[in-house]
Amino acid sequence: MSEERKMMIVDARGLSCPQPVIAVKRAIGSHCGDTKVIVDNFAAKENVARYAEAMGYDVSIEEQMEDGAREFRLNLVKKG
Amino acid sequence: MKIRRDKIMLAIAGSLVGIIALALTWLGNPGNMGFCIACFVRDIAGSLGLHQAKVVQYIRPEIIGLVLGSFLISSVSGEFKARGGSAFMTRMIIGFFVMVGALAFLGCPLRMVIRLAGGDLNALIAFAGFAAGTGVGVLFLNIGFSLGRYHRQSKGEGLVFPSIQILLFVLLVAFPSILAFSAKGPGSMHAPIVASLAAGLVVGILAQRTRLCMVGGLRDTTLFGDWTLLCGAVFMFVVMLAVNLITGNFKLGFSGQPVAHSDHLWNFLGMMLVGLGSVLAGGCPLRQLILSGEGDSDAAVTVVGMFIGAAVSHNLGLSGVSGSGVPAAGRVAVVIGLLVCMVLGVARKEKN
Repeated sequence: MSEERKMMIVDARGLSCPQPVIAVKRAIGSHCGDTKVIVDNFAAKENVARYAEAMGYDVSIEEQMEDGAREFRLNLVKKG
Repeated sequence: MKIRRDKIMLAIAGSLVGIIALALTWLGNPGNMGFCIACFVRDIAGSLGLHQAKVVQYIRPEIIGLVLGSFLISSVSGEFKARGGSAFMTRMIIGFFVMVGALAFLGCPLRMVIRLAGGDLNALIAFAGFAAGTGVGVLFLNIGFSLGRYHRQSKGEGLVFPSIQILLFVLLVAFPSILAFSAKGPGSMHAPIVASLAAGLVVGILAQRTRLCMVGGLRDTTLFGDWTLLCGAVFMFVVMLAVNLITGNFKLGFSGQPVAHSDHLWNFLGMMLVGLGSVLAGGCPLRQLILSGEGDSDAAVTVVGMFIGAAVSHNLGLSGVSGSGVPAAGRVAVVIGLLVCMVLGVARKEKN
């Protein structure tokens, strides 16, 4: 196992639940490191955050307007 | 802490929805049918003349309230967002067959839980089928099933479905003579309009805020080990069971249950189709209505598919018959539905 801390980005915009969580599950499973997730609906934001917390990640969320549309950027950082 | 708060909110919402469902039955809705999305969509389809089954025709204000409750609260919270364009035809077909399966059993997942809490053991067999269907759906999700991405739409597009609900309500209150209404049978049994609308609005708001979904709980538990959504359904069941036991409305058994039949294999397969289709479509019939109120045209198209499914089911005699069972044509339709959903489950893989 390498100790690299490369950031993986999951673009889950336009995906309805449960697809964003599945995408994050795959990304975390193959990568194990810190991950940034972009979603554009509230349910996806909540579900991804809940899943990541249960998997042992600290989650911080930034909200921003991109071209008139609300987006959430979730930073998932592995605890410990 | 966030995780616990979600679960508590869902437990409260599920409990309230259960109590409201029971109250609607006391106020006049058919037995074990305080809320049933499939039955109520079927009744509205009949009232609009889409099918000719005389005993199931009524504009159910609960459906109107659900969509408008979701629309109002999502508009206030800023969550309303006109979106759509992800696999319209596929979603419509799935909605169609979810309705075929639900009407074979005589109930959506919500009514399945209501029937279970009333002691109807036919619903227990249906639940086994529903869980099996959900499991198959999760398998497809795990191998990459996806209906692709939605796109932003103009606000007007997102307003169409809520507007239709307002129109339906105006027709019901001001111009009932142009609609068809049952004189007898389940369609003739209903709570007062104001109570039904208010119940729909409250449940619509609760379901929108908490994402309450009858298939989501089983799906998330098997897919991610996350039982947050399951809290809603479990508390709904427990509260209704307790109230039914206290009030003497709990009747354990297979026979003599209101609007039900004991065609076990077809109760199992009918709800298997509902479970599978609901996972593929991203939510149970209740959740599709709530999403439609938030501006999600993909969900609205799924509901349109449900309307067509209801119309075809009754015009061609596919639906389960209370006290009897599922006719041969209905059995064929359920098998076709399962095959179609399985083909879709394998075929619709999207690479990200």
